Amino acid sequence: MTVRLPPFQALLDEHRVEVLRFLTALAGPQDAEDCFQETFLAALRAYPKLRDASNLRGWLLTIAHRKAMDHHRSRVKRPEPVGEIPEGAGDHVPEAEPALWDAVRALPPRQRTAIVARYVGDLSYREVASIAGGSEEAARRNAADGLATLREAWGR
Amino acid sequence: MKELERVLRGSSDLDRAAAEAARRLTERAVTDDLVDVAYSFVDSPFGTLLVASTKKGLVTLAFHPESAEDVLADLAKRVSPRVLEAPSELDAIRRELDEYFEGRRRDFETPLDWQLVHGFSERVLRATARIPYGGVSTYRDVAARAGNPRAMRAAGNALGSNPLPILVPCHRVVRTGGAIGNYGGGTDMKKALLTLEGAIEE
Repeated sequence: MTVRLPPFQALLDEHRVEVLRFLTALAGPQDAEDCFQETFLAALRAYPKLRDASNLRGWLLTIAHRKAMDHHRSRVKRPEPVGEIPEGAGDHVPEAEPALWDAVRALPPRQRTAIVARYVGDLSYREVASIAGGSEEAARRNAADGLATLREAWGR
Repeated sequence: MKELERVLRGSSDLDRAAAEAARRLTERAVTDDLVDVAYSFVDSPFGTLLVASTKKGLVTLAFHPESAEDVLADLAKRVSPRVLEAPSELDAIRRELDEYFEGRRRDFETPLDWQLVHGFSERVLRATARIPYGGVSTYRDVAARAGNPRAMRAAGNALGSNPLPILVPCHRVVRTGGAIGNYGGGTDMKKALLTLEGAIEE
């Protein structure tokens, strides 16, 4: 069976908002735009060789998750000098309830992935597990633990 | 608990930020040479046209914007799925088309990518591409120049499915008896183009 891949522009039009929302939740408003570029460039590179077009949304969010993790790791390795004005500051992605999202990003990585993939990405636990690694059961447990922590941190 | 889940699901309005991010992505993709098919819409006196190009040249010009989705799906299948709307990549042909419709241009300089046509159709269309501005030819004549004077119907089909109308001037091919014949953009458009070129009287 040959795969019928839609024009890449259709993917970009259809999924750009949810990919940006997902990345904002995972990486924060400052870094979401960079991660967005890296996600769609990686997707565009790999696109012609894709063999399964049945879940393009899940495919994009999986790449986005990987890019957010890479970004996070490189941040940790070389922290920004204090006082430096970040490039592109001022046009970063807007975010309501910043305190809650800070708490999301302070969660342990597996819980953070589970919460963002489940609630922001609206993915099934099976998909959450395939992004995060581990079992569906573990994905459920991580989401539940994450929610408990957030409820406490957010206080609502 | 319900409110926490609701807020997690319904985060802020990102439409504008996402549109801006997508625009920058397209620029990066063009710079990094990751766009196999770039397309854009072009205004013309005959309505909006869809133009698409590869690295080799212009590959498609389509008249009916309502069929753009089908045209792009076809390009994704037959050329490459790396199809992006990148208007700046089509600036040259947009300018040439403007000049042509204003009567200030007779020949196009933009290179053509012939990959969507093959065999007899390609020979018919390449023969058609040599009909000069201001001239006309007949279905019989282009069939003959493509190597088979009796294949008038096949020549008509090749012209009817011309992926590059205007640039490959199938409007310059008319019926042997002098009737104007069919056109993908409509008979009125065919008459208007031939009038513009001075091939027929108004």
